[in-house]
Amino acid sequence: MKRSDDARGSAPPLPSVEPVGLVDPTGRRTEGAAYDTPEPGALLALLRGMVIGRRFDRQASALARQGRLAVYPSSRGQEACQVGGALALADRDWLFPTYRDCVSLVARGVDPVEVLTLLRGDWHSGYDPRRHRCAPQCTPLATSAPHAVGLAWAARRAGEDAAALVMMGDGATSEGDAHEAFNFAAVWKAPVVFLVQNNQWAISVPVDKQSAAPTLAHKAVGYGMAGVHIDGNDAAAVYAAVSQALEAARDGGGPTLIEARTYRLDPHTNSDDPGRYRDDAERARWEERDPLARLEALLRAEGALDDAAMDGFEKEAEITAAAVRERYSGDDETAPEDLFAHVYHSIPAQLERQRRDLLAEIGEG
Amino acid sequence: MAGTVTLGQALNRALRDALAADDSVVVYGEDVGPLGGVFRVTDGLTAEFGEERCFDSPLAEAGIVGTAVGMAMYGLRPVVEMQFDAFSYPAFEQVVSHVAKMRNRTRGRLELPMVIRIPYGGGIGAVEHHADSSEAYWAHTPGLRVVTPATPSDGYSMLREAVDSPDPVVFLEPKRRYWTKEEAVLPVRTAPMDRAVVRRSGDDVTLLAYGPMVETALEAAAAAAEEGTSVEVVDLRSLSPFDDATAAASVRRTGRAVVVHEASGFAGYGAEVAARLTEQCFHYLEAPVLRVCGLDVPYPPPVLEEHHLPSVDRILDAFDRLQWERTWTAAPAPAEVGA
Ligand SMILES: Cc1ncc(C[n+]2csc(CCOP(=O)(O)OP(=O)(O)O)c2C)c(N)n1
Ligand SMILES: [Mg+2]
Repeated sequence: MKRSDDARGSAPPLPSVEPVGLVDPTGRRTEGAAYDTPEPGALLALLRGMVIGRRFDRQASALARQGRLAVYPSSRGQEACQVGGALALADRDWLFPTYRDCVSLVARGVDPVEVLTLLRGDWHSGYDPRRHRCAPQCTPLATSAPHAVGLAWAARRAGEDAAALVMMGDGATSEGDAHEAFNFAAVWKAPVVFLVQNNQWAISVPVDKQSAAPTLAHKAVGYGMAGVHIDGNDAAAVYAAVSQALEAARDGGGPTLIEARTYRLDPHTNSDDPGRYRDDAERARWEERDPLARLEALLRAEGALDDAAMDGFEKEAEITAAAVRERYSGDDETAPEDLFAHVYHSIPAQLERQRRDLLAEIGEG
Repeated sequence: MAGTVTLGQALNRALRDALAADDSVVVYGEDVGPLGGVFRVTDGLTAEFGEERCFDSPLAEAGIVGTAVGMAMYGLRPVVEMQFDAFSYPAFEQVVSHVAKMRNRTRGRLELPMVIRIPYGGGIGAVEHHADSSEAYWAHTPGLRVVTPATPSDGYSMLREAVDSPDPVVFLEPKRRYWTKEEAVLPVRTAPMDRAVVRRSGDDVTLLAYGPMVETALEAAAAAAEEGTSVEVVDLRSLSPFDDATAAASVRRTGRAVVVHEASGFAGYGAEVAARLTEQCFHYLEAPVLRVCGLDVPYPPPVLEEHHLPSVDRILDAFDRLQWERTWTAAPAPAEVGA
């Protein structure tokens, strides 16, 4: 097909270098906001999700410190992205989370204990991906992004009105798979939204060593995809931007790359030592841009939240944390035979021999 | 530097000395700068040699190895780090299609003196993708030197030699042994990196191991000695090329061989070892060469990894299966050992 100037269509507008938001760090609505502010009900749901998410995250970090999780990559500071992204999804949509996105999975309604299966070291993924429409958490960076594109393409082919939301970090945007996924999504106009949580760090490497682009959202432009740059500590903005992008994607408008500017307040994982590479004053500055406090302030100022409602959220959060603790008091239930059960559709003879040998060795055969 | 040194420290010292010795050496990868690498193998190098010599790159393994190819084409000696075994896979194309083949494609006109350091293997209780043993992929690829040290002294010596090598080297670091200690004086030169060494002498069985399993093999040999079996432990060190001479000489003497590795056994490195020993020592063998390997399953989650990894007991069990009742005479000593 010959490409006419028309066929090039209109270039998507450049993302804003300054992140756009709906609510400023003090909890006031911003002037001339780029998106409609979500309804109060949606805002309360965001706050509830963040309160529960933060408590869950604190519980998981504590379990990691006690050696009861193999490792835990904290979400603290990134709740607006994770909860805003998850709540913008319809049930029929799919979420493609990373190791960092436990809070996102909890907000999606996955059992918190099943969320932690990977990080406790019981199995590689604990929840049923089909039931929750959540792919397994992905550790090899950016490698699940093409999966989301393929799944979304297939869903559209089947006439399903579903979209996929891919989570990725700032560092992951440097990987080849990220770029191939962006391009495929744009060329196929696949109903996909890429949500990049730019938390400023990829372990010890700051984002300015990762990319020379004005923003990570600018990467969208070269692929012919919409790119937006939002305040990732503004849950209302994340929710609104992701909702709008999902809607556009479902309507055949193609994918969107959303960069949400946020900050990883905790170490990369419990075994990281950020003192080696970043200034604690930087973290302290970001503590003041807390996404929970901001939304709470807005809702209280506008009379949509009272102490009773806030207490209610906090109670739910405590119940969630207590349930995780309680269910972790016993031994895990992973059986050695599980090693062989799911490698293939049925166990081949050579594996069956190994299974029998192992069971005999441990006295269960 | 004399005294107690860990494998991680010895590797760090080797990189430091290599950077100091040769201005064309550069070290880069993910988190190797101010952090010093997630295992601290590059600790202090940026501070000592500056950002030009040791630096963090964008997070992309294909890019890291691909740019190293270009640097080596120009005449530098890049030493790049893949943060964990399974995270080297995005670079597979670069390693297999370019790093390994450049010399051959250009009839030797372009060589790629570069080192790809990869922490590998399990046993540290890590979640998925952090415990793979990828050696068979690399060893199967002609053109790569694939080496793996098991002791701090070897770590130092082999890494120095790898940096100086005119061939590209995949340098596999047994991550569960980073904290293994040894009394050592650095700098040190041990056996050449393409040679296997005998770590413990014995007469009844040859136990061949490499990287993380050498320590386990030595423990098994000690346990077997208590039961009256004399085990010779050969540390292969160079997985490719393979030191046939050292391995075969030992097996011809003992008449029995067991090879051990963490990676899955099926189509694994041990199959190559067993085949070579069978071809070269057939008339000296009293029993088939046995393998003690990881199960043929994806690397397990932490709670199950003990069932996967070769243990002293599994090695002792393999010794028991070496058809002792069928021994009739001691094999005659060959006039000359060698390939
Ligand atoms: C392909 C690949 N390479 C390296 C790693 C090791 N690693 C794990 S997390 C991480 C940093 C990722 O940073 P970013 O994408 O910004 O996500 P964040 O952890 O900040 O959420 C690295 C290098 C990996 N998981 N996958
Ligand atoms: Mg990051």
